Amino acid sequence: MFDKPLAFWLIQSLNSLSLGGLLFLLSAGFSLIFGLMRIANLSHGAYFMLGAYIGLSVLRAGYSFGVAMVVAGLAVALMGGLIERFVIRRLAGNPLAQVLATLGIAFIIADGSLLVWTGDPQQLPSPEFLQGVFRLEGVAFPKYRVAVVGVAIVFAIGLWLLLEKTRIGAMIRAGVDDMEMARGVGIPVSALFTMVFCLGSFLAGVGGVLGGPILSVYPGLDTDMLPLALVVVILGGVGSLGGAFVGSFIIGFIYTFGQTLFPDLAYMILFLPMIIVLAIRPRGLFGRIGA
Amino acid sequence: MNRTALIVCAVLAALIPLVAGDYYINLSSQILIAAVFALSLNLLVGYGGLTSLGHAAYMGVSAYLSGWLFLKFGMGHMLSAPLALLGTTLMAALFGLVALRASGIGFLMITLALGQVLWGLAFRWVTVTNGDNGLSGLTRPMPFGIDLTGALPFYYFTLIISIISIVCIAAFAYSAFGAVLRGTRDQPRRMLALGHNVWMVRYVTFITAGFWSAVSGLLYVYYHKFIHPAALALTNSAEVLLMVIAGGTGTLIGPVVGAAVVVLLKNYVSAYVERWTMLLGFVFLLIVLFMPDGLVPGVKRLWMRFARRRA
Amino acid sequence: MSRRTFLAATSALAASTAMTVPRWALAQGAPLKVGFLTVRQGALAAGGKQMEEGIQLFLKERGGMIGGRKVELIIADTGGNPVGAKTKTQELVERDKVHVIIGPLAAFEALAIDDYIGQSKTPIISPSAAAEDLTQRKPNPWFVRVSCSSAQVNYPVGDYAAKTLGYKRVAVIADDFAYGHECVSGFQRAFEDAGGKVVQKLWPPLNVADYGSYVGQLKTNVDAIYAGFAGANGLRFLKQLREYGIKTPVVGSGTTTDEGILKQMGDEALGVISGSFYSAGIDSPENKRFVAAVNKDYGADPGYYTLGTYSAGVLLEMAVKAVGGKVEDKDAFMKALRNPGAINDPRGTWRIDGYGNPVENIYIRKVERKGGKLVNVVLKTYPNVSQFWTYNPKEFLAAPVYSRDVPASKFLEP
Repeated sequence: MFDKPLAFWLIQSLNSLSLGGLLFLLSAGFSLIFGLMRIANLSHGAYFMLGAYIGLSVLRAGYSFGVAMVVAGLAVALMGGLIERFVIRRLAGNPLAQVLATLGIAFIIADGSLLVWTGDPQQLPSPEFLQGVFRLEGVAFPKYRVAVVGVAIVFAIGLWLLLEKTRIGAMIRAGVDDMEMARGVGIPVSALFTMVFCLGSFLAGVGGVLGGPILSVYPGLDTDMLPLALVVVILGGVGSLGGAFVGSFIIGFIYTFGQTLFPDLAYMILFLPMIIVLAIRPRGLFGRIGA
Repeated sequence: MNRTALIVCAVLAALIPLVAGDYYINLSSQILIAAVFALSLNLLVGYGGLTSLGHAAYMGVSAYLSGWLFLKFGMGHMLSAPLALLGTTLMAALFGLVALRASGIGFLMITLALGQVLWGLAFRWVTVTNGDNGLSGLTRPMPFGIDLTGALPFYYFTLIISIISIVCIAAFAYSAFGAVLRGTRDQPRRMLALGHNVWMVRYVTFITAGFWSAVSGLLYVYYHKFIHPAALALTNSAEVLLMVIAGGTGTLIGPVVGAAVVVLLKNYVSAYVERWTMLLGFVFLLIVLFMPDGLVPGVKRLWMRFARRRA
Repeated sequence: MSRRTFLAATSALAASTAMTVPRWALAQGAPLKVGFLTVRQGALAAGGKQMEEGIQLFLKERGGMIGGRKVELIIADTGGNPVGAKTKTQELVERDKVHVIIGPLAAFEALAIDDYIGQSKTPIISPSAAAEDLTQRKPNPWFVRVSCSSAQVNYPVGDYAAKTLGYKRVAVIADDFAYGHECVSGFQRAFEDAGGKVVQKLWPPLNVADYGSYVGQLKTNVDAIYAGFAGANGLRFLKQLREYGIKTPVVGSGTTTDEGILKQMGDEALGVISGSFYSAGIDSPENKRFVAAVNKDYGADPGYYTLGTYSAGVLLEMAVKAVGGKVEDKDAFMKALRNPGAINDPRGTWRIDGYGNPVENIYIRKVERKGGKLVNVVLKTYPNVSQFWTYNPKEFLAAPVYSRDVPASKFLEP
């Protein structure tokens, strides 16, 4: 097993990084929403997929990749905001109803997407300037995947700045730490919730477009992605965006190397480590909230 | 729900075959199997306050054990049924040790992960499970020599087992132990302070829930005479959870109603509505918006309001 | 009557009506009831839609009549899972009292309903489910298949790869489920019989998120890569393969570049060689007519799903005519379905073997761009290939069914 050439380690490490970047883009939104609102938004995979489909339509209409990202993000954010305002808000303190609601919405979005975009799997083309490969030490690696890592880092920094350096970020962090106190201090919790839900949905939508060139867009993308988002957030620790960031890359490495080195365990390679981690440390690696 | 109402329901259920053909009798059998499955999960979710997303694992393992014992050893049902139940219960005992290290979302995730591991195992362990081809050529039991191949006899068999299951689960849930369980659901810290071993209460419930899920798994494999890894998929665990929540977790009959709604929508309505997945989603959404505690409490409330206005 | 009683009565009435009102029978006289198992939800919906298109086109061409009887097509959506397939099959048989069933789509659905089909003695024509054992070790007298067995189309690919293309070393990657295993087994046996070596086998799970790690593992010192995928996975894998700049030629099963999915692919599919019992590029007048008709009604070339159900219609018509329209005589009808003689449809002329599986031409196709669109050009035809290839059926059936480890891989390199 350890007699593999350098090229193998190099390419799989790069694969791990790019998968990690993709996972962060997928799960950042989920982590935010869960951390602040304690809502496991089980429609998150569906938002991701919807973003990819919307991005596809925008690209087909002739606009650029960047425009597709923004439009998809905003469209999903708008939808998320409406859902939060009219559905989620009424279910405060009722986690089971939240499960029913978010899963119901996931069904609706998934089936609706089938109706609008047909059941055919579709390719989402990456931007022209990112097509092709980088060559390094005899290994070729797609430019686009490197870009995904870069974008993930940019988003991570942006979110960190938002949370640490802005007033809104401070309010969010206060809410995550102690909702009652935050309310008591006069933080407009309702408005904050809607904002965070919109932001989380925006990230999901943009993530879908960014993931498109790697994952393609097909019915079932939502149910393939949701468990991954859950694993990242739980492993990294609820309530910690840094945890989601680190968790994404750890999962990226475990998934990639696990599949390669232990092919017989491919179906379980994500969940076995997660069980082990949770059994030892139920709040995840960096979690601030007890599980 | 009071006893007379339950007896009335049981009698009505027994009379269904008099008015309906084979197709509807089979549909009713499926509803009963889903009901037992949902009731077993409700022990955890409704009475225990522990939301599990991996409950299909127990039903699936029980079904696989029954099928495998038959195909590999030619074992008869008299022996394979208790062995399947025993095996699954032991597995629940083992998994409970891991899952109950956490509660809330951690518990949810561990149960999800355990379910996924078993699903992957069902796919990959081809020598035992036959992988994606599933185990087919299975048989139904012949209790007292009665042939259960037909829809009608199988329905009555399932009805009897379901009634026994419901009665046992009700006894469990409304016993003194059940009261303690509900206490740990609502006020775990207070229960601890009162001297109850909260972990042990939950553990026993976990195992019991696994046992009744295994019972539904046996009924499932007898009905279909086929078992496939899809039975252990996340979608199945999610679906039974949705049944429980939609029907109403706090009640005994809620999961049964939820099971009926989902089974009817999937199997019956799907013949008339092409986009029935979307319809299912809307039904859940509507339930959540207008009856967030579930259908049974919601309808009860409506009925009370109705009755009060008439009075 | 109080309001409460009125409401209770109307709801009871509505409920009972819903339970007993049958679907409208469109015919005067007794229609030929054809049950149709398809998938309209989820990942398999694309294939299901193509299946529907095939049978609808057939019925349209026949004016809704087969063998002098009006056809009532009863469509049942299985949801793409074994339980749904079983329930819908029971619905078709017990509630709708169909004379024959066309479908289902997936192999695991067919296996789930196999027992019930035998028990209820319902003739079933499978346009797609390719599981080997359905016509081998688990024969069902009520089952007939008009498509192929999984390995059947892959033997010629293996043979062609070794003999015509001269490949010696091939790396294999396929979906990790029964269909993928069986495809690879077919390819491997024929390829190694002809002197080739399968030096690597990769089995990505069905729902793998990213093919990158698998692409990264594929050996580069091979003559070709065999890709055994169906549906979206083939599209995703091929794209990622070429994204990594890997230029190794690709051969595959017919489903990897089936016309139904080829239209969604781009340059990554160019040059892929595959084997199937059908290609929209078959150069015959009947096929040209068929392809034109499909394009006219549905805007794309037919793939094997569309052709499968269309073929099922052709076979059904032959059988109904053979029994003079009396499909109620189940035994005679089933006999006619299993022994129709020579069948002519857009794929060519073919027969049904003693096990209920087609003996047909297998076309080796190559993806090329013609007129701005990707098509499968036929390079070579292997005539009258059976599900047993060149092997002795008795010995074949005595051996275990194909799986990941059957046949054994003797030439794998670390």
